[in-house]
Amino acid sequence: MIGLVYWQETAIKLAVILGVIPVTSLILVYLFLFKMMAFMQSRLGPMITGPHGTLQLIAEAIKFLQKEDIHPDNADKHVFALAPIVVLMSTFLLYVILPAGPDLIVEDLDVGIFYALAVSSLSALGVLMAGWASANKYALLGGLRAAGQLIAYELPLVLATMGVIIQAETMSLQGIVHAQANFSIFGLDSGMPFIFTQIVGFAIFMIAAQAELTQTPFDMPVAETELVGGFHIEYTGFRFLLFFMAEFGTAFAFAAIASVLFLGGWSLPFVDPNENWLNFVGPGVMLFKILILAAIIFWVRFTVPRLREDQLQKFAWKVLIPVSLVNIAVTGLIKVAV
Amino acid sequence: MTATSEHSQAAYVATQAADARINVELQTGDMTLNIGPQHPATHGTLRIAAQLDGELVIRAEPIMGYMHRGYEKLAEVRTYPQVTTLINRIDWLGSFANEVPFILAAERLMEVEAPPRAQWIRTILFELSRIANVSLFLGDMGVQLGALTPVFFAFRDRERVLNQIESLTGGRFHPNFDRIGGLKDDIPRGWIQETRDVMVKMREFCDEMEDLLVGNQIFGARCRGVGVIPREVALGYGMSGANLRASGVDWDLRRDANPGLAWDQIDWKVWTHPDGDSFARYWVRLQETREATHMVEKLLDGLPSGPVMAKVPRIIKVPEGEAYVSTENPLGEMGYYIVSKGDLGPFRVKIRTPSFNNISIVPWVCKGVYVPDVITILASLYFILGDIDR
Repeated sequence: MIGLVYWQETAIKLAVILGVIPVTSLILVYLFLFKMMAFMQSRLGPMITGPHGTLQLIAEAIKFLQKEDIHPDNADKHVFALAPIVVLMSTFLLYVILPAGPDLIVEDLDVGIFYALAVSSLSALGVLMAGWASANKYALLGGLRAAGQLIAYELPLVLATMGVIIQAETMSLQGIVHAQANFSIFGLDSGMPFIFTQIVGFAIFMIAAQAELTQTPFDMPVAETELVGGFHIEYTGFRFLLFFMAEFGTAFAFAAIASVLFLGGWSLPFVDPNENWLNFVGPGVMLFKILILAAIIFWVRFTVPRLREDQLQKFAWKVLIPVSLVNIAVTGLIKVAV
Repeated sequence: MTATSEHSQAAYVATQAADARINVELQTGDMTLNIGPQHPATHGTLRIAAQLDGELVIRAEPIMGYMHRGYEKLAEVRTYPQVTTLINRIDWLGSFANEVPFILAAERLMEVEAPPRAQWIRTILFELSRIANVSLFLGDMGVQLGALTPVFFAFRDRERVLNQIESLTGGRFHPNFDRIGGLKDDIPRGWIQETRDVMVKMREFCDEMEDLLVGNQIFGARCRGVGVIPREVALGYGMSGANLRASGVDWDLRRDANPGLAWDQIDWKVWTHPDGDSFARYWVRLQETREATHMVEKLLDGLPSGPVMAKVPRIIKVPEGEAYVSTENPLGEMGYYIVSKGDLGPFRVKIRTPSFNNISIVPWVCKGVYVPDVITILASLYFILGDIDR
């Protein structure tokens, strides 16, 4: 589009990612964790700081920054310090491939979805590091649970996207958006999202993402009432804030990936995806879809109890994976037949 | 034995030996996990020393006494009317119910009897404190299992009951309303209708909990078959209250050993469940809360008129003797054994609290379960720390 030198472009992209992550996690925390949860529980949530408590988050962030940075005596100092950064890094890397308009993407990789799922599982490493380095038994249990859970749910997550990839014939996220912008079903012309054909894949993806994000009913790694916070039990202040931001930033990123894969991303039905004005409308469309999906994620989180670790594994291996394999087979057959 | 079976036997022995070798090689040390004294699942300062093999609990031992306040000893240096302020704080969620057995025991020694109206109001307050107490459990069980919302509903609706208790007694949490020979005051104007409205609300709350938790599949998966306590074991450990009834024992002191309150004058049902697991304990408590709201309504219907205080001397001296009175408190059987030497205060008081016995079953029931199940079991046994350690 505009002629920029390589370093200028890189600097802008970096600034966008660095700016977007805190903003998105702030939006999610305020909208869902503070307000939606409070209204569901017949409370008001924060009301004092700013209109309807909108500035509460800034206050919370300042509170976290002021806190003392404590690390346990027996902790493995370097690993302990590195863990939250590793977790947040995986979130940062996810944002690289999220498209927000025809030209609005940091890097349109050919293997976009493959890359996204690969870097998202990096967070398991960070969580395991945190759990191990904290020198705390609860943290250790939490870290191991997280590792087991993330491995179990990575598979259905990958398999659920396969249906979409088969249908779109590409792994690039922009390519998938374009495929949906040109996709017609029920005699409707174009711009139909894949959710109409991939509803099973969508359900599996959302369930697996719920587990990947360690939200209830799959929040055993954190499990406040059992493990008292699990892997981040020993973290305070800024380091805890990093974990917190990563959690919500990743939730946002997963909602974004789901909206790209199944809801058509930034594209609109009956609109040519190459229109230039979509660069301005696209981010809004995308945000709308993301917020709907994030609302589902958090709605489930606030409503249901938590499963047990063995029940969770059973659910992944005995239900989700077979169903997603069947889904792939059926999609493939239809693709070949049509 | 034929040759083929010998062969298969040899193969079996060989695989067993191989398994044993692998087990020895892979054997790792057990881990001791201290659940508590500061842990959200122990809602207070109970400590569970658990021996873990991975996530499997090999042994769990409750260690009590972190909140011992010496009420039995303190009661010895107080006069009878002063003791009720203390014992209010044993089971702090159902405070009024703590006062009743003590007052009844003192009344038995003094051979006074409260007038009928006082007995009925006592029963109403007793059931109200049961509702206030158990409704919190109904929500708290959800939060222990990871569902955040029920506990907020519980706090919201329990507040209505506490308001009723407050408007009658003046104390929201610690009424200190029961007196030897009757009650401090009569009920205020409009209280009866308000209480009826609150009871309707509490039934709605029970329905809500039924929708949110009892009908929830995950809740069922976490609770059904977890922490099964058979009838004989429950009786052997001296459990009482809803925990015992959930094991299929039809035993309720309100019906079986009514010490003079109005329970025998109304119609009501004792709920039991044959399963004895965590789900049964939750279900029984849910039904009991619902039943208690009906009981309060029936008690309000039949409330007799008359004074609320019998003739008792201004300075209370209890004649020499011993008495034990126990009632079916929200948590189970609570009893006071009072020894009097004819003084202003008791010579010795032994307090039998239900949670102490209910929690002593933990080593038996938390064997070979997973760590999350320990939380389920602790939550479903429903203890209150003040009631364990007094």
